Amino acid sequence: MTKKQYAFYPGCTQQKGASGSNFTTSIQLMNEKLGIQLNEIPDWNCCGASIGYGEGGELPRLAINARNLALAEQHLPGQDMVSGCPACWLSSRETVERLHEFGSLMAETNEALKEAGLAFKGTVKARHMVEVLIEDVGFEAMKAPVVKSLEGLKIAGYVGCQTNRPFGIAGESFENPMYLDHMIETVGAEAVKYDQKVTCCGGALAFSEPDKAQNQIRQIVESAYDHGAELIVTPCQLCQANVEIYQSEINKKHGTKLAMPVVYYSQLMTVAYGGSAKEAGLNGQLIRAEKLEGFANK
Amino acid sequence: MTTATYKNSFLKEVEANVEDGHMVKMCMQCGVCAGSCPLGPHWQHSPQKLFMMIRAGKREEVLTSDSMWMCTSCYNCIVRCPRKLPITHIMHGLAHYAHRLNLAPAKQPTRAIAKLFWDNLVKTGRVNELKFSLAMYFKDGFGQGVKNSMAMQGVGLGLVKAGRLSPMEILGGHKCQDQNGIQKIVAKAREIEDKRRGLA
Ligand code: SF4
Ligand code: SF4
Repeated sequence: MTKKQYAFYPGCTQQKGASGSNFTTSIQLMNEKLGIQLNEIPDWNCCGASIGYGEGGELPRLAINARNLALAEQHLPGQDMVSGCPACWLSSRETVERLHEFGSLMAETNEALKEAGLAFKGTVKARHMVEVLIEDVGFEAMKAPVVKSLEGLKIAGYVGCQTNRPFGIAGESFENPMYLDHMIETVGAEAVKYDQKVTCCGGALAFSEPDKAQNQIRQIVESAYDHGAELIVTPCQLCQANVEIYQSEINKKHGTKLAMPVVYYSQLMTVAYGGSAKEAGLNGQLIRAEKLEGFANK
Repeated sequence: MTTATYKNSFLKEVEANVEDGHMVKMCMQCGVCAGSCPLGPHWQHSPQKLFMMIRAGKREEVLTSDSMWMCTSCYNCIVRCPRKLPITHIMHGLAHYAHRLNLAPAKQPTRAIAKLFWDNLVKTGRVNELKFSLAMYFKDGFGQGVKNSMAMQGVGLGLVKAGRLSPMEILGGHKCQDQNGIQKIVAKAREIEDKRRGLA
């Protein structure tokens, strides 16, 4: 099978030893089975995330994103740029759209890039890993490599914000996107219906306004429990980190007993495709996803 | 420009200097954005109110407001606004403009982490999660830093154990090769924008 080729933009959280490194682990086997080849963009830089606005302003943010896009064009011509992280995707896609819309911003951005001997031509498309799975692979083909159906596992698909807004996956509603539920069903598990599917986890404010963000997280986790979920699944690195990491803090402060595992869709798929717990990056969970590990060890 | 040029029209100043500021005048005051903010109950001035205040010329009150720093960048407002105002961008733009004029509240915690985050990334081209976290915990002085770090110790150790936080990052960690180029790009972009916005 000839593999589909993409320029890969990992982003800071997915590097070795960073908070989303288990995501990077979990996409290896998944992509192998689906015929996807990710080619890392040489010397890529941080996208500025959302919080970059405070000090960075507009043009510097556009320029650092255009640097990645320019490097992709230069080193991996003809390939779409793919990111697993919604913040990276949002920043780079917004950059592409803005620069195409406003010729003056394109000119200014290129003036800045020239300082490092780079130029952005505007030929590359910025896409999210989930978009690639849905649009280029499709649900049927995602089902084909399943060797272990995750039958009986009840999962709350937590889409969150930035994979869903402002762009979202084509054809999906912002208020009740269904693609993640479909992905959960594709691997044989049950997608529970619950009300916190697209609630914001607090984003970067989990750092600066911990109590307010933790209140959001508590609502998400409690609703998942109330609707019978045994696991939360998300496409977002920040959602994953925030919703998993702070449960222990919430328990300390409020005497709750939250211990809901939060994993990536890719970890589900890797297990369903026959991968080991290690290949699925499940040793990287703070709250062990025991039931999913059980499937992996079966 | 000097800010005095705009003394009588804060709306014009916002249009000229704030990201997507030209869209403020399109707001029809329906309140959908105000009802959509996840941290809404903590906003003294919702986006809807801020837009009204801008048109009413309340420069001081808007730029010193703590509210837009409460934006989590969830983009709820953007997809719901019936007039398609890019509200998130305007909130970011207002916060940034207030920060650059140094009118934003000095101790605003999101303002502080936004600066730390940006400085961290410009230095090496990539964010060093460990240095960023430590810088954040220690932003209010050494004593508070030790307290914060101790409070979050369990979480930190858990992440280290799970292979998701490397103590080695303190020695340098992830970085780009062309750090110099990145710093030059950022400096140039800032220079161009400052000139255009009269901040230089
Ligand atoms: S939702 Fe849009 S039109 Fe309505 S108040 Fe907010 S900004 Fe104005
Ligand atoms: S993006 Fe910001 S302003 Fe808009 S709803 Fe979310 S928190 Fe509120």
